[in-house]
Amino acid sequence: MTSSLLYAMAGAALCGIGLFGLLRLSHLLRKLLAFNIMGSGVFLIMVALPQHQSGPDPVPQALVLTGIVVAIAATALAVVLIRRYYHLSGMTSLEGEAGSREGGPL
Amino acid sequence: MIRTIQTLIIALACIAFTLVLGASIWAIASDPGQGNLPQLLSENMGRSGVEHPVTAVLLNFRSYDTLLEIGVLVIAGIAGISMSKTTSLEDPDLRTSDPLLYALQRWFIPLMLVLAGYLLWAGADRPGGAFQAGAVLAATGVLMRLGGIPMDFLRPGLLLRVGLVLGFSVFLLVAVVSVIGGDAFLAYPPGMTKPLILVIESVLTLSIAMVLLALFVSAPVNDAEDPEEGDPS
Repeated sequence: MTSSLLYAMAGAALCGIGLFGLLRLSHLLRKLLAFNIMGSGVFLIMVALPQHQSGPDPVPQALVLTGIVVAIAATALAVVLIRRYYHLSGMTSLEGEAGSREGGPL
Repeated sequence: MIRTIQTLIIALACIAFTLVLGASIWAIASDPGQGNLPQLLSENMGRSGVEHPVTAVLLNFRSYDTLLEIGVLVIAGIAGISMSKTTSLEDPDLRTSDPLLYALQRWFIPLMLVLAGYLLWAGADRPGGAFQAGAVLAATGVLMRLGGIPMDFLRPGLLLRVGLVLGFSVFLLVAVVSVIGGDAFLAYPPGMTKPLILVIESVLTLSIAMVLLALFVSAPVNDAEDPEEGDPS
């Protein structure tokens, strides 16, 4: 059990926490944050696992760097979509979910 | 009651998912695996044109990923802009008149621009490169916008479109030219590697900053009646 493997396990835990948030929370912004936590867990696994096997490996690091930039852009796009959705419907969660109309302004 | 049971089921499913994931990580970690990517990479570093392995992977060995990535960014930027309601992309609420922010800006913006340039240049032989430089550049733009500095180039128009697609189109052009020259897709001609990577990194920096800034600016949905910034109304 090296520290790299510990990081990979922490990444798996982050994935689980993010998945729970994504499924359980109804506010769209919280869902988005949970999804990002899940993504961070994947990045952590991708960097830590090769490091455990053969030292720092630039290939997954470069792929994760690419992934981070895409994740930022996707998050920003999701925020734009959520704001638009809120503007049009006045709701902060998807239809059919409990507590749809409880949310205040974003 | 139903909600508690639901939460319980979801929590159990997530714990099971985490355990399966952890078990597979454990299985992969204890398997030595075949093929040695870091060694393969260090053997070929001499042909990459740069000294830093991450930059070499991003812009030479796996440049296809980077090309697709900037494509994704451009699409996200265009989608974000098309979602915003007004043509001005300006929200008067976001403008502040904080004297402290103004004073800070005068110090920070030139520094951040220099830092972005340094990060871009440093990518050749140490951590840095187009993404970090683009992020710093975008942050500079966000700071400028929060401080109310007019940025007319963010209005939908020729300049914004050119800025958005510049990185992608230059990258694609290099890739296609090497195909026309009889080489593989995205294979840089020998001897030209370093200048080509530098050019691609520079335009990528500009485009990444532009996409992130455009997404930031288009996030607020404002009312169509709001006057445009700089409008003499």
